[in-house]
Amino acid sequence: MVSESDIEHIAELADIGISKDEVPEFTTQFNAILDYFEVLDTVQGESAPAAGITNVFREDEPRPCLSQEAALANAGSTENGFIKAPRVM
Amino acid sequence: MAGTLDFSPDDRYNAFITTCLEVPFGDGALAGTAVAVKDNISTTGIRTTCGSRILEDYVPPYDAHVVELLREKGAAIVGKTNMDEFGMGTTTETSAFGPVRNPVDPTRVPGGSSGGSAAAVAAGFVPMALGTDTGGSIRCPAAFCGIVGLKPTYGRVSRYGLVAYANSLEQIGPMARTVEDASRLMSVIARYDPRDSTMLDRPYDHRPSADIAGLRIGIPEEYFGEGVDPRVAETVRDAIGILEGLGADTVPVSIPGMRHALAAYYVICTSEASSNLARFDGVRYGPAVDTRKTWHEAYQELRHERFGAEVRRRIMLGTFALSAGYAGRYYAKAQVARRNIRQDFERALRDADIIAGPTMPTVAFRLGEKTDPLSMYLSDILTVPANLAGIPAISVPCGRVDGLPVGLQLMGRQFEDERVVDAAFAYEQEVGA
Amino acid sequence: MKTIVGLEIHVQLATATKLFCGCSTDYRDDEPNTHCCPVCLGLPGALPRLNRKAVEYGLRVAKALEMEVPEESEFARKNYFYPDLPKAYQITQYDKPLAIAGTVEIEDDEGHEKNVRITRVHLEEDPGRLVHVAGGSKYSLVDYNRSGIPLLEIVTEPDMRSPQEARRFLNKLRTILEYLGVFDGDREGSLRVDANISLEGSERVEVKNISSYKGVEKALTFEVTRQKNLLRRGQTVTRETRHFMEGRGITTSARGKEEEHDYRYFPEPDLRPLRVAGWVAEIDLPELPVARKNRFMVQYGISLNHARTLTGDPKLADFYEEVAHVDPVLAATWVADTLLGELNYRDMSIAAVPADRIAELLALLGSETITDKAGVQVLREMLDACARGRPCERPAAIVEREGLARATGGEFTQVVQTVIAANPQAVEDYRTGKKGALNFLVGQVMKETRGRADPRELGRIVSECLETGGV
Repeated sequence: MVSESDIEHIAELADIGISKDEVPEFTTQFNAILDYFEVLDTVQGESAPAAGITNVFREDEPRPCLSQEAALANAGSTENGFIKAPRVM
Repeated sequence: MAGTLDFSPDDRYNAFITTCLEVPFGDGALAGTAVAVKDNISTTGIRTTCGSRILEDYVPPYDAHVVELLREKGAAIVGKTNMDEFGMGTTTETSAFGPVRNPVDPTRVPGGSSGGSAAAVAAGFVPMALGTDTGGSIRCPAAFCGIVGLKPTYGRVSRYGLVAYANSLEQIGPMARTVEDASRLMSVIARYDPRDSTMLDRPYDHRPSADIAGLRIGIPEEYFGEGVDPRVAETVRDAIGILEGLGADTVPVSIPGMRHALAAYYVICTSEASSNLARFDGVRYGPAVDTRKTWHEAYQELRHERFGAEVRRRIMLGTFALSAGYAGRYYAKAQVARRNIRQDFERALRDADIIAGPTMPTVAFRLGEKTDPLSMYLSDILTVPANLAGIPAISVPCGRVDGLPVGLQLMGRQFEDERVVDAAFAYEQEVGA
Repeated sequence: MKTIVGLEIHVQLATATKLFCGCSTDYRDDEPNTHCCPVCLGLPGALPRLNRKAVEYGLRVAKALEMEVPEESEFARKNYFYPDLPKAYQITQYDKPLAIAGTVEIEDDEGHEKNVRITRVHLEEDPGRLVHVAGGSKYSLVDYNRSGIPLLEIVTEPDMRSPQEARRFLNKLRTILEYLGVFDGDREGSLRVDANISLEGSERVEVKNISSYKGVEKALTFEVTRQKNLLRRGQTVTRETRHFMEGRGITTSARGKEEEHDYRYFPEPDLRPLRVAGWVAEIDLPELPVARKNRFMVQYGISLNHARTLTGDPKLADFYEEVAHVDPVLAATWVADTLLGELNYRDMSIAAVPADRIAELLALLGSETITDKAGVQVLREMLDACARGRPCERPAAIVEREGLARATGGEFTQVVQTVIAANPQAVEDYRTGKKGALNFLVGQVMKETRGRADPRELGRIVSECLETGGV
């Protein structure tokens, strides 16, 4: 069972944004789903080692890059070839 | 042969997010063939939205590997098809561009998440389309719309350019009205691409054969049990009977891990999705993020506004399943369950050459019928095991219940896509003849 | 009170391309966002492809540090949001690193040899670079050219006991990495360090993102003082993350914010695991610093100090070996003492100096064609030209042009006479037995003749003149 404050914490971790009035419904749905997930408690066996192919590489050979124009084409805003982002201070 | 195709369908089912009116095409095996591409597959110069408002204006600067291959073979890419937002749904109702209607019955959903591709094929707008299948997203809409859909073996088709939902589970695959067309499209897209490190160099070069004499078909009891509409089960048993009539033998098999399949699937796909979808922050692409705010604040605002409810719910579920204190109980356990299921299928596929069952437990839902997330998830129970096991699975129409199509699902050993295609082809030829 | 230091070092590996895409790593002088592709910009649908060379480089380090390479290692996603991180996760290695359990030998503060244990090394991708706009702007600017550059993270056990030991460890590590040819320490920002420091019995403080060798010692010295002062005042040290302000030489608290991270690691599903333990036996390590130092002493007959200095940087050692043929001992003195001092003064790299010209200079010195003093003058002219990017003249040409060829004392008779005549007080002092007066007069002659004569020979001539009361 998760609480409403758990839901708010998860939303924070996921940078998803959740409004106060959404929290109760998300919590109810979450708990119904987690209730169903409880079946996993009955899974038998040790943690699974990776299976299948290993050692997939490329050689260290330069390939063409995108032009600056193409790299910036989808950015919301740019300045002197840089992409503008929210402040971090 | 090269030329231009005019494409102007009356898209009354809302199958397309973007259509291209005049499509130039080149020479090759698919010269001039109209192909629709699901809108989570990158196309240079054509916006690729994933059915989401967060990518509504995103125009990729590169083609997905499968799109390069389509262009090389002369296919005319006529449009990008509607889908559940980022593939997260079973009905194509979570699309930010409105729901798709089922051409068989427009009051019904087409299934999802590749509902637009299925509807475009079922409506006759295109003979073939690309879908993607993370937990049934090709096979479910194929079954609901009465067409053919193949989820290839994991690692057989390059994922380069497919906008990731759950990397370890998903594959791009063909959807078409006939098995033969699905197989033709498969032979174009299943080509080795070193850019996908999870891929093997096992190209598909196959013309379907209807000779299935001696084929051993495994019938897992779990596919005909609780939650499966008895009329659907009956229809599928009849279809298997037809395969027996063609010389196939049936053997009972068991997939005990099925009881964990759905939970394991939803833990894994949401975990991977929570990480994959974190990049949508409005900095490098997507709607411009508010750069006057601090980053967490700005991201939260943008992601709240631009992601739909189901996407936000799955991102949060996955974030929770990976978080400190819970990863052991959810993510790690789901991986063990997945390994067990893979082993169950390996065992079953020693006694049988393919495994048969219904694609979906029911026929297509009414639009708006499934409102509760969990009950929606439960309808994926018969499709997710093939994704967890990485095995090929095809859905081929096998009759109707209440006038709505039912799909026969055939699953095979890893890299034996040809065998499930042949069985589906044999069935189709027999009932179509 | 014992100081306990452990380090996490991030070094950029000197591959030609990024860790997961073919974009060139040679971005430093280029426009922002010109070394990018769908992979390193984190465009939807792009997939990583692992650079084989980065793995080979990582294993070379593992072998040189005598580490154990587990049968299987794996990449994982470290999930967090930051504008310089294009996918909002960093592809790194978590519970299955490339190599574990190694050692690096350093000198402790008493000059004794000691081992610093290496916990692990792993590969990861560098994030992009954030530029903070000056003048109180409300946004940041991002350049993704650095995004995806291969990093090797090297984690030590808390085995260092002082800021000085930490510095020596870093110098040693850097030398080893450069010998292995996997790292270019001259590239700006190619090494970043997070340091853990505590005083025995107190909480541990992590100082993040120190971007220079000197910075590490400075930051740690500041922390030792700060923590000791806290304890002296009866306060306690708080367990926290701090940032080092390079310009001001201080650390400031990150105020707890960064300690709430929950990175939600899980195996990277777009990459396959590595099974490379078997490669280690195939790796031919080059001669490492200790072996080369010992060889220099035996082969060239030079002192421990010179051998240590010369082998402290593989480029310097290579340079020395190119010029040693002239006269190994003379070459060692000139390269390790004179040349290195002049380079440091100019903030120049040895790479900018043409070895053949220095060999010619050493030949002029060895044949006593010029004096040491004139040699220094010629060297300076050559280095100044190199520093300005001009062609380096041949030393013989400089000697010719400037008239620096060594002269015998006799040539300076006129100058000696003038100097003696102009300094009656010094002459008087000499006569009354003040030995310093002779040196003064010789110095005056040296000055007038710009060092072209051997001072000992000049001294003899000047004293002869004084003894005889004239020339």
